[in-house]
Amino acid sequence: MKRLLRPLINGILKENPILILMIGLCPALAVSSAAMNGIYMGLAATFVLVGSNLIISLIRKIVPDQIRIPIFITVIATFVTIVDMVMHAYAPDMYKILGIFIPLIVVNCIILGRAEAFAYHNGVIESIGDGIGMGLGFTFILVVLGGIRELLGNGTLFGLQVMPPSYKPVLLMILPPGAFLTIGFLQAIQRYRGGKS
Amino acid sequence: MLSHFLLLFIGALLVNNILLIRFIALCSFFGVSNSMSTSIGMGMAVTFVMVLASSVSWILWHFVLVPLHLEFLQISAFILTIAALVQFVELFLKKNSPSLYRAMGIYLPLITTNCAILAVAFINVSSNFSFIESIVYSIGVSGGYTLAIVMFAGIRERMASAPIPKVFQGYPIAFITASLMSLAFLGFKGLFGL
Repeated sequence: MKRLLRPLINGILKENPILILMIGLCPALAVSSAAMNGIYMGLAATFVLVGSNLIISLIRKIVPDQIRIPIFITVIATFVTIVDMVMHAYAPDMYKILGIFIPLIVVNCIILGRAEAFAYHNGVIESIGDGIGMGLGFTFILVVLGGIRELLGNGTLFGLQVMPPSYKPVLLMILPPGAFLTIGFLQAIQRYRGGKS
Repeated sequence: MLSHFLLLFIGALLVNNILLIRFIALCSFFGVSNSMSTSIGMGMAVTFVMVLASSVSWILWHFVLVPLHLEFLQISAFILTIAALVQFVELFLKKNSPSLYRAMGIYLPLITTNCAILAVAFINVSSNFSFIESIVYSIGVSGGYTLAIVMFAGIRERMASAPIPKVFQGYPIAFITASLMSLAFLGFKGLFGL
């Protein structure tokens, strides 16, 4: 259990992919105009992460070192194709909103990065834990980012009206500049907290 | 006809700028924009590979995947083709054009995981572009990429000596700068009715 938990917590807090490692930014900024989008995008990426980490940790002993990257990419592309088809079939509305960012999971640095840095050197259980942790850390930031932008830019949270009717939404927050602004401030806050402790 | 291509080009270059409006390829946007010279090299390499990759992937899609009914292999086929293409370009440049290799060689491995290249290949297919349209579109997108990253590098070089609060130094202020640039590019919305 501990072997599963340690990498899991590590991914959510200490090595959060977006805020600390600064990878996987594109989908994080692009789909975070509402909190719900963040959940879907995060879960899709988590599925691919866990799946590819699992397969790569299983085959790591038989993969020749020189051609490991093309093999990783093939494994990842397979899982991305599965997610792409499943979402297309069962969540067509969300598929339209997330659009090109679903197939682009294949070049998301988080996934190849974890395959190379973690799953290739660790056992199956740790790799699954790492996949879940990194995936949840990614989802967490997407939801926080989406929540802030949706709340300020639209007055709602997960589609429900939260702000009083007299609140005037700041349209800028759900437009592209709002994404850059929010993540800049989130990082500054993270640093401020890190510098204190 | 010419105005159609011009609109496609301007739309890709300014109105839907790939970095600042569509949020694709941000890792390299923040990663290599520390100095003007590296971002110019990166812009050149992206332009070169993007035009090449969109023509190769267009041919692959229309002459191999569609006739064989293998559309579901799109993601795997495109990413592997682009990875192989980048390797090939690197070898070719190293052997035949050492000066060009010196200018953009070190950026080529980075490009394999640059989502802009793959994204343009997908957009070409999903928008049903003809071969010429996809070339024009990829030139527009890569021009927009180079424009944004070179401008951003220029601002970041100046910012290096500015008195910025400690917690905002480095990435946070870079994001806020990008936000202001994005705001400026938002002003192009509606240009020529795009």
